[in-house]
Amino acid sequence: MNLRRDVFQAIADPTRRAILVLVASQSMTAGTIASNFDTARPTVSKHLQILTECELLEPEQNGREIFYHLNPKKMKEIADFIEPFRKMWDDRFNKLEAVMKKYKTKK
Amino acid sequence: MELKTKIHAEDGKHDLTITREFDLPVELLFRAHAEAEIFEQWMSHEYGTVKVVKFEARRHGGWEFQTSDAAGNVIFSANGTIHEFIPDAKITRTFEMANSPFDVQLEFLEFERLSDETSKLRMHVVYRSAELRDQMLKLPFASGLNMAHDRLQDIVGNLR
Repeated sequence: MNLRRDVFQAIADPTRRAILVLVASQSMTAGTIASNFDTARPTVSKHLQILTECELLEPEQNGREIFYHLNPKKMKEIADFIEPFRKMWDDRFNKLEAVMKKYKTKK
Repeated sequence: MELKTKIHAEDGKHDLTITREFDLPVELLFRAHAEAEIFEQWMSHEYGTVKVVKFEARRHGGWEFQTSDAAGNVIFSANGTIHEFIPDAKITRTFEMANSPFDVQLEFLEFERLSDETSKLRMHVVYRSAELRDQMLKLPFASGLNMAHDRLQDIVGNLR
């Protein structure tokens, strides 16, 4: 039920955001991803696990290796999170406009 | 279609800008932000009625409003201080959500005349940190999910 909230917790972490940026350029194995960070390998694995659990990353078996790639659909959901905020203000301002038009005719 | 209300929020920054053009003279746009009973009208919505508790429309004045649900329970309360109040031009104020862990935010509202019948509002909102800004941006997203969830529960509940 809290899957979506977890997505935001996932991207709240700077290392996980860096992983997403890295993987955005091309699919990579856990080893390649870890080699880009000073962080201990198990820590990177934990980050990958969290990103996979909330479906931001998708692991794909390729022979003996697992490549991680971005899930564009899930990333779009994050890009869209600003829309409800915009909609909230748009609704408010539409109402403001309608209310004030009544004052206009009263003048 | 061109969106009337625009949000400009750059990645990793601790502020954002909301802009909107109105089919209203700038005097009326400003009045909507300067008179309690008008503010109550446009800030109320289907989930809650807004009641202004305090509104001192002047420099160093304070403001407070409450939103109540249909049963009269207060579901939201916010308050702040007015720092600048220049009719038909500018309001600088702080905004704080009561009973929340969120730090106060600073808001600059600039009112601009475009023509006799049209005007523009530019709201520049500054948060304490980029993390806080993103959290605040996600609030309507989160409550939207909750509402969708509540509706789903209602529907499923009716099926039983």
